[in-house]
Amino acid sequence: MDIKRLIMVAVGGQGNLLASKVLGEAALICKVPVRMSEIHGMAQRGGVVESAIVFGDASSPIISDGEADLLLGFEPSETLRALNRCNKETTVITNLAPLPPFTVSIGRGVYPEMDTIQALIKERTGSLIAFDAMELAIKAGSPMSTNIVLVGALIQTGILPLTRESVEQAIKTRTKPAFVDMNLAAFNLGFEAAAGAA
Amino acid sequence: MHKLLQNAPDQEIMLLGNESLARGAVEAGLAFATTYPGTPSSELSLNLFQISQETDLYFEYSTNEKVALEVAAAAANSGLRTMCIMKHVGLNVAADPLMTLAYVGVKGGLVILTADDPSMFSSQNEQDNRYYGKFAGLPVLEPSSVAEAKDMAKAAFELSETLQEPVILRTTTRINHSSAFVTLGDIKERNTKGEFIKDPMSFVTVPAVSRKLHVKLLENLDKAQAISNRSEHNILTGTGRFGVICNGVSFLYAEDAVKDLGIEDKVKILRIGFSNPMPDQMIEAFLKDCDKVLVIEEGEPFMEEAVRSIAQDAGISVSIKGKGDNLFSRLYEFDPAMVKRVMASYFEIEYQAKEPVDTSNLPEIPQRPPNLCSGCSHRATFYEVKEAAKALDMDTICPSDIGCYTLGFLPPLSTGDFVLCMGASVSSSCGFAKATDKKVISFIGDSTFFHSGMTGLANAVFNNHNFTLVILDNGITAMTGHQPNPGVDMSLFNLEGYNRISIENVVKALGVEHVTVVKPFKVKKSVEAIKEALAFEGVSVIISKEPCALHAKGLKLLKPRAFTVTDRCKNHRDCINEIACPSFFLEDDKVRIDATTCVGCALCAQICPENAIVPLKK
Ligand code: SF4
Repeated sequence: MDIKRLIMVAVGGQGNLLASKVLGEAALICKVPVRMSEIHGMAQRGGVVESAIVFGDASSPIISDGEADLLLGFEPSETLRALNRCNKETTVITNLAPLPPFTVSIGRGVYPEMDTIQALIKERTGSLIAFDAMELAIKAGSPMSTNIVLVGALIQTGILPLTRESVEQAIKTRTKPAFVDMNLAAFNLGFEAAAGAA
Repeated sequence: MHKLLQNAPDQEIMLLGNESLARGAVEAGLAFATTYPGTPSSELSLNLFQISQETDLYFEYSTNEKVALEVAAAAANSGLRTMCIMKHVGLNVAADPLMTLAYVGVKGGLVILTADDPSMFSSQNEQDNRYYGKFAGLPVLEPSSVAEAKDMAKAAFELSETLQEPVILRTTTRINHSSAFVTLGDIKERNTKGEFIKDPMSFVTVPAVSRKLHVKLLENLDKAQAISNRSEHNILTGTGRFGVICNGVSFLYAEDAVKDLGIEDKVKILRIGFSNPMPDQMIEAFLKDCDKVLVIEEGEPFMEEAVRSIAQDAGISVSIKGKGDNLFSRLYEFDPAMVKRVMASYFEIEYQAKEPVDTSNLPEIPQRPPNLCSGCSHRATFYEVKEAAKALDMDTICPSDIGCYTLGFLPPLSTGDFVLCMGASVSSSCGFAKATDKKVISFIGDSTFFHSGMTGLANAVFNNHNFTLVILDNGITAMTGHQPNPGVDMSLFNLEGYNRISIENVVKALGVEHVTVVKPFKVKKSVEAIKEALAFEGVSVIISKEPCALHAKGLKLLKPRAFTVTDRCKNHRDCINEIACPSFFLEDDKVRIDATTCVGCALCAQICPENAIVPLKK
């Protein structure tokens, strides 16, 4: 089985943990071996959370620089920061809704222009799918579903050995019952957005 | 029912490494567990804490690792299967009982879990705790994967009972914090009724007894070595004349590398899972069968040195490399590409690495350092101490300690000049106060105070040192994920049957003459009280008491009530410049407060010279 390596970067509180859970469950449904690892540098206190998920017949649970097949960024400047994980063939998906770090909010740092971020990623990697996932999440019912919107876009690329149905099934079992409908809508919006962007 | 209690043998579930370890212990019939929380081991303890609330497993958050191990030593010597859990530096604290417990041994299986942290994702050093096995003379087991963590935890109890010695189970962050599918096994019945059979000549370590016990320990080590030599945890895979000896996660990277490099027919791997004592005969046979050997291990050259000495003993002259020579480093964790690259170069295999994209000319991306939460009381206390010292024109040294408040060293609070280990804030204050003529003000959290701040404080009072200790009492062990400590109100956890210790009473009982309790969100009053404490000659203590905002919010004890900046604001920006609460942001060059994150602590409202910050009207 082909090995696919996915890096997800997010800011603490953006729900990437749940996104990994859903992907892990979908892998179980599809009988794809999967290994994940997470580093949360004091995530609850505003730090960055990075998850590595390796699908297929590899042993390692982490991904070296340059070895990601996919990079999924929940926050544009964090996507850019994680670019060293990519090679020139990597597919990058990024949310375009910024969460400026505190230094920027108080005027002590400059947040890169959104166009610059996109151009920089585009010229260095295989392809870029970029859209405002937060906006779609709000459309689905709550900004809290941004993570699932992004999962939708991820699955649309068809790079991961996971079927759309398996992920929807995982959303049904892994997310809170009250939010299942919203999350399914969020998944669908993300899926369509990626289809439109490609 | 707790997910780790399900009696569903052969079912596959996704588990975090720490959950897998907990499940392994449960399957082994774990009856007794003690811990002091520490990343990356904390979720293992948390799961056992939860399980103890549903079963007759006894679990406790002990005051520190030494206490945890001593409590565990008694349980294990009463015949119970016991686990004692800590992060790597915790074993330094527990080293005293560890060294002699090795002499005494155990009756019921005792597994000491130490979670090492290569790369220091959340630690003050990256020490390699395999040396504790060597130092104490205890067996060390090291899993390579999440799934193996469960099986090895289970096996560690058996091994401990076979040898009648504690077993050190050593993991690294990438085991504790990785997830994978794990196949559940049978759950052995738990025996929670212990019995201690008196035998002073085995248990009372006076010199005459210990001299005999040391002989016994060395005999046990010989037995352990024999077991290591035929242990299923030492795995030989592959064929070829190139040899790799590895452990832990490095085994996974080596396996992937062999596959990726297409050298399955050239390389054989000896994975050491039972790393103390090293399986000398196994290694000797392996070396004899190799033209060239590479040792792959994160941390120190623990195995490499052992392998060299085994080779020397056996008169084998094959080249053995590991650390140094442009191969592996003693620094930080490894990764798959690094292992691949080193293997390719050492074994002279053609290999084209995947080139990471060029990031040299990216624009500067603003950093995202962790910050104290919105409404964290530590921010207020740091601010007030600085104000008080400024008012008294004092030049200060501020030793700090281990917890969320360590972040106070970052600007603009910039309070924290010296951090060593748990409890060192208090004791190092004694030294700084004597060695310099600066005013020393130190900071310690409630949990850390109980862990090892009290003894330092007794020392300070006895030796009549001169400094001010600020105890940041937020009623919880916050940084590691909100665990209990002796000062915590356990009704917050809906638990009964615990007592609660007042830090104020402890401090007074230790003989501190100047003790003041402040409410940090009352700024003026607090600054005044702190000024008095700073002016006091001798040891003075300020207890700054306010629940951890994040925890209180989670428990719905804190009802956020956001503040807002009115147009009285004249843009002095004292708020942003001095307290840097993450709820502030600038909009059209004006300070604004994010109403979704502001909890309404009102610290900024009290320091704004224009009184421009007021509660937001609903
Ligand atoms: S978790 Fe609690 S103690 Fe830690 S920074 Fe947040 S509010 Fe402060």
